This record gives sequence, structure tokens and C-alpha cells, in this order.
Amino acid sequence: MFNKFKKNESKLHQKERKLAFILLLPTIFIVLSIVIFPLLANFWISFKPISLGDLRPPKLIIKENLRGKLINKDKTAEIHYRYRNSSVRYDLHNVIFNDTIPKGFTVKKIEPNNKCVIKDKNLTCNLEKVPAKSSGKIVLKITTNDYWKKSKDNPKNTRPKTSYQSKNILTSIEFTFDNFKKVFSATEFIQVLKVSIYYTIFGTAGALLVGLFAAQVLQKSFKGRTFVRGLLLFPYISPVIAVAFSWVILFDPFSGVVNSMLIQMNVIDKPINFFGQKYTDISIFGYIFKFPLALSMVIAFEIWRYFPLSFLFILARMQSLPEDVFDAAEIDGASPFQQFYYISLPFLIGIISILFLLRFIWTFNKFDDIFLLTGGNAGTRTFTVNVYEQAFAISNLGAGAAVAVVIFTFLLVFSLVFIKYSKKEAF
Amino acid sequence: MFWKYGLFCSIFAGSIWGAFWQIIFTMMGILTFGIPLELDINQMLIIGLVSGIFYINFQKTISMKIHLVAIFTMTLLVYMFSFGKPYQNNDSVNNINIFILIFLTSVVTWISINFSLNNISIGKLSRYDLENFYIKLMWGLGLIIFILITLIPFYIMIMTSLKNQQSLILNPLDFSLNINSDFKTLFNSYIELFTDFNFHLFLINSFFVSCVTVFITLFFSIPGAYALARLRFPSKKLFSSSVILIYLIPSIVLVIPLYAIFSQIGLRNSLLALIIVYPATTIPVALYMLRGYFSSLSSEIDDAALMDGLSRVQIIFKIAIPLSKPAIVSVGLYVFMIAWNEFLIAFMFLDDPSIFTLSRGIMSLNSSEVPQQHLMAGAVIATIPVMIIFLYLEKFLISGLSTGGVKE
Repeated sequence: MFNKFKKNESKLHQKERKLAFILLLPTIFIVLSIVIFPLLANFWISFKPISLGDLRPPKLIIKENLRGKLINKDKTAEIHYRYRNSSVRYDLHNVIFNDTIPKGFTVKKIEPNNKCVIKDKNLTCNLEKVPAKSSGKIVLKITTNDYWKKSKDNPKNTRPKTSYQSKNILTSIEFTFDNFKKVFSATEFIQVLKVSIYYTIFGTAGALLVGLFAAQVLQKSFKGRTFVRGLLLFPYISPVIAVAFSWVILFDPFSGVVNSMLIQMNVIDKPINFFGQKYTDISIFGYIFKFPLALSMVIAFEIWRYFPLSFLFILARMQSLPEDVFDAAEIDGASPFQQFYYISLPFLIGIISILFLLRFIWTFNKFDDIFLLTGGNAGTRTFTVNVYEQAFAISNLGAGAAVAVVIFTFLLVFSLVFIKYSKKEAF
Repeated sequence: MFWKYGLFCSIFAGSIWGAFWQIIFTMMGILTFGIPLELDINQMLIIGLVSGIFYINFQKTISMKIHLVAIFTMTLLVYMFSFGKPYQNNDSVNNINIFILIFLTSVVTWISINFSLNNISIGKLSRYDLENFYIKLMWGLGLIIFILITLIPFYIMIMTSLKNQQSLILNPLDFSLNINSDFKTLFNSYIELFTDFNFHLFLINSFFVSCVTVFITLFFSIPGAYALARLRFPSKKLFSSSVILIYLIPSIVLVIPLYAIFSQIGLRNSLLALIIVYPATTIPVALYMLRGYFSSLSSEIDDAALMDGLSRVQIIFKIAIPLSKPAIVSVGLYVFMIAWNEFLIAFMFLDDPSIFTLSRGIMSLNSSEVPQQHLMAGAVIATIPVMIIFLYLEKFLISGLSTGGVKE
């Protein structure tokens, strides 16, 4: 009897396993095809000499023209077929085209005559190979016959049909290391790496610290606290394009509010191009040093936009801290700073470190913000902007994919660290 | 040490509040009245300092009358220090506005001083009181600064969208609205966006793509999340953690292959492409958030239902979904916001203006030919729906955001 029970149990398990698989199958399928497959394809592309233009497959473009007038059967006219390979890099193979010659015409001559055959008013031309960039023409000399007087056919009524084979650069097995060579040997590589690291570290740490401070401020209960809490989340939930452009307009050197205000209040005498100036000289005690202005502005935006997230998580964590711990500390005579340092902070350190790692990864991967604010100019080009720059601005898809591989490698390392820590913290 | 004395605290708080409010109100005056004002921190700093000392000495005996006298004295002092011409203003037209500004500065500074120095004695303070004083000061300053830095970009966004080109060039700081102007001139940028720039199409496209994304995401992630939360199957742990990993993968890494593949199969320049790509990025988030919610529900109900002969699929529809309606709604709205705000894929994929989403449409306004106020009006149009959703369901969203994962 026990055995039977066990059997039933395992049957139930089997059923459950099957059901779980069925329920998760669509998700697995979608993630595999839209995330994992492109990820692998990205590696593939990064080893290929491929530019943006290569995505359009090479085509045989063919145009049919009638030269001369069709008056009577003594006059000859010519049909010109001009063909051209649209690609500048790839040959077309096994090129064949067909066209129907209307009944009213008689073909006298074909030039060149070794390529084409006419059978039952069907013209079949075998061009074999059309090399890249090349073009050619086939001329039919025709006269009209008796049938034409009734039908008044025009040879252009039927369009030529083509068939050919071409190499698709995406699926061919042509590989190169040039993309990686290009990415790593470029003088800007070190610069891009530096900017990415500065941006990521200061952006992440800044957003966390500001978020921690905001959480302390909103921890105290006061009238309208829920309202302010909602308000502080505005930068985070708004569309990035809306807030990025309002920053750009706010700091515009010609008509921006900040510059006009600073000039009005006699703080500066010349407008500052906040998002377009790489360095600005700042003198402290006579020592002048170069302050990376545009990069700092982008970091400031990052902090402004993402402190609400840290603030929300930290606040949620703080509100789960039992009130009586603080009451007890109060009775023991602990000062507010002591309470913060010895009670709140140790309690929050888990969520803070998780947030740091998570935000670190996301900040490193951030593209939209920098792209919209500066376009990656003025010393703000991070790896993510470089992907766009290489692939779409310079049109070298392969090099862009190579940069994406570099990003992914970093991401992998960060994620491993993240998983190791998040297991400890039970996130 | 001198900073441990209440007297120093009063000087410190008084001067800081004075200078702080002077800066804030000068900026507010410039932006709301549109008059050129010159910033002078020193006057209010000294006045605040004096008021602080006054307050800490007489705080026990201050009545309503003395409060009023103090505020008016502060206002009067501003006029005295500037020899009757505060803000270096020579135009007598603005006299009333400037008086209101100075009076408000005095009121707010006085209230802030009262708040900061309440119950602080003039002599040496205990460590507890001292720290409390500094924390209170930081709290007040922090709260106001947070509110201001959050609001200012949005304020500029809305006000710029309501101005016309001429007045913006004439004085970029003038954000005073002409109350006499009619609806048509005030909302001119919006009207032009909808009539000349196809924004009605962009709105419909964005709405369509976002709604379909929400539907697809929920359709696949609810059963998936239930399976992850309730069913036993091998390598479940691995699956759960790979869900997190997948949503750490940024779209910038995927955009080149997706672009290449979608171009080759001729799908790139279409809304269908977005509808295929968006759910793939939102399903892991939704799965993660919903799994957390399903796990927090008691599994006893499910077991009881199983005993009663319901199948698992029936349980999902009859028990799990009705019980977790709030969570599903909040996840759905969150996904809606992700899809609505998405920029990169829409920017790369869409070329044809008739199928632009709002993000892509606003990007097309970012050229030197289109005036600033149109760009800002576009930004407002894109922001308003998200704001409405957010304000309407703030509680849901906040609990959803802070318990589950977050994707941007």
C-alpha cells in the first residue's frame, strides 16, 4: 500500500514537472529568441567584416527600355535590358532573367548573342556571374509583324523576372579579427574606459548617497510626507527623453535658464556650455586644475534621475526596522548620530551593497542618458555610446558588436560578483 | 568649544536660513515676475543672524504680536540696508512685486529660524540637543533642496512649452504667464504638434505598443511566475537566478544583432518589431515581481483546492489571479511605463514618421529647425500619461518597485 502511495506521489511529481515546463515554455522561447540568440549573434557579428550597408542584400537591378519607333515592319527598334549589381562588395552568381516577348514582335538579333535563348516568345538569358559594381546590357533588335497592328503591344508590358544567388555576409563564414584590433588599438580606448569607470563609480555612489540622505529626510513623519515621497520619484518614472531634453534646455548656453540666471546674479560673466565643454579651469588657492565639466554634468543627471530608486529601497528597508529599537537607544542616551551610525547603518548595509552592485551594473550599461545629453561628445563617450558611434555613426557594425562584446565581458564579471553577494543578502 | 553653545547655533542657523532663502526667493522672483533682480546674499545673512540671536534670547516670551513685529522689522531692515533700493531695482513699476518678495523672504526665514531653534537654550548644549539641532537644520535644508531640484526641470519644461519663440529670445528668464492671452496662443506649441507634427499618431502608436506589450507580458509571465513559485521541478533555482541575470542584460548589447536580423527579414521599420522585442525585455521583470508575490501568498489554499479536485490550471485562473489582482495591476502598469518610456529600440528601428512612438517622435523634434517650446511640449505630452498612472496608483507601484526587481 505504501508502495502504491509512493507511486502516486511520483506520478504527481511528474505531472507537476510537465506542467511547469509547459507554463514556462513560452517565456523560455521568447527569451531564447530575443535575448540569448541575439547575444550569440553579437559575438558572431563582432568577428565579421560587416558594415551597415551590407545589411541590404546585393540585388540585380534591371531596367527595360525601348529605343526607336514602332511604325511598320520594315523599321527595327531595339529593346535594351540594362542590368547592374547594386552591391559594391559582393558578386552575384547564377544570374538568370526571363522576359516574355509579346506576340507582335519578331526578334531579329540579340547582342551579345551567346547569353540568351528565345523559345516560344520566352527570352531566357543566363548571365552567370555579375561581379560587384559591374553592369551590362543586352540588346534585342526587333521588328513588328502583322499581329502587332491589331494588338499594339508594348514590350514593357511584361516585366523581366530575375533569379540569382548572392553571398549573405551575415551567414557566410568569413571572419576577421580587425574589429577587435580596431577597438583595442584605438587611442581613444583608454579614454573611453576611463570615462566609463568615472561615470559608473561617481554616478552610482552619488545616487546612493543622495538616496540615503533623502531616505533619512523622509523617514521623519511630517505633513505631506506621502506627497513629497511621490514627488521625489518623478525624475525616475518620467520618460528619459523628456527629462534629458529639459536638462539640455535648462543648461543651454544661449537661452538656458541657468546661464541667464547666473549672469543676472553676477556669478559668472560669460555663459558656460555645460554639456559641450570638456574641461573648465577652476582655481583653488591659486592652483588651477582642469575640471571635466560635461562629464560631471552627465554624472549629475545620472544622480538626479536615479537617486529616487535608492531612496525608495532604503526607505522601505528603514520602515521595516522596529521602532522600539530606537526607543530603547533613546532611553540609553544614544545621540541621534550614534543611533544612525550604530543602529540604522548596520541594518541598511545589506540593501546598500546590493543596490550599489545593481546600480553599478545598470550605470555601466546606461546609454540613453548620455546619448541624449551630449551625444557622447565633450569627453563623455562611454562604452555604450561607443557601440552606437561605431555601428551606426561610422556604419561599422562589426566594430560596434566588438564594443558590445567588451561591455558584455564587463557585465559578466559584475554579475558574478553580484550573484555571490546577493546570495549572502537574500535579495 | 564655541560651537557647542546655543548662541552659536542661533547665529549659524539664522545666517544660513537668511542666505538660503535670499537665494531661493531671488531666483523665484526672477522666474515668476520676469524682472531683473540682482542677488545680494549679505543683507539677508546679517538680518537672519540678528533674528536668530533675538529669537534664542526671547523665545520663551514671544507672542503672536512679537512674531509680526519681528517679520516687519526684518523687511524694513532689508530696505534700510539697500538704501531703499532692494535688488538694485530702479523701475518703480515693480515696487509692489519686490515688496511681496522681500516680505515673503522675511516670513519664511523667520519661520525657519523658529523651527530650527525651538527649545534650544542659549548656553552650552548637551551632545543630544546639539546633534538634534544640526540634524533638524539638515533635515529642513535637505527637504527643501530635494523638492526644488526635483521640481525645477519639470517647471522649466512646462513653462517653456507655454511660451512663444519671441518672448523666449527676448528674455529667457521670463516665465511669467500672460494671463490675458487666450487658450490658443498659450497652447500654441501643443496645437502645432498635433496639427503639423502628427503627434496624435505618435500618441496612438505609443499607446498601442505599450498596451500590447503589457498584455503579452502578463499573458506569459503569470503562468510562468506561478510555476516558479508553486510547482516543484528540477533546476528551479537555476531558472530563478537566470531570470535575474537575463534582466541585467542591457538592450545596447542586443541592439546590433536585432537590427541586423530584423533588417534582413524586413521587419525592422515596423511596430510589430517593437511588439516582439519589448515583451522579451519586460517578461523577466514581470516574472521576477510576480513570483515574489505568488510566493508570499499562502500555499494552503492551493493545496485545499487540489484536494477538492481542481487542476493547477484552474487554480491559476480561479485562485491565484483573483487573489493577486493588485500585484498584477501594478506589474502591468510598471511594464506599461517601461514600454512607454523606451527610447533606444524605437530610435534605432523606426524610420517612417507615421509609425513613430512618442520617444522617437520627440527625438525627431530635436533639430535646429524646430523651436525649443515644441520640444518641451512634446516632452510634456510624453510625461503626462506616466504621471497620471503614477499618481493614481502610487501605492501599488511603490510596493511593487520596492519588493520586486527594477528595470529601467
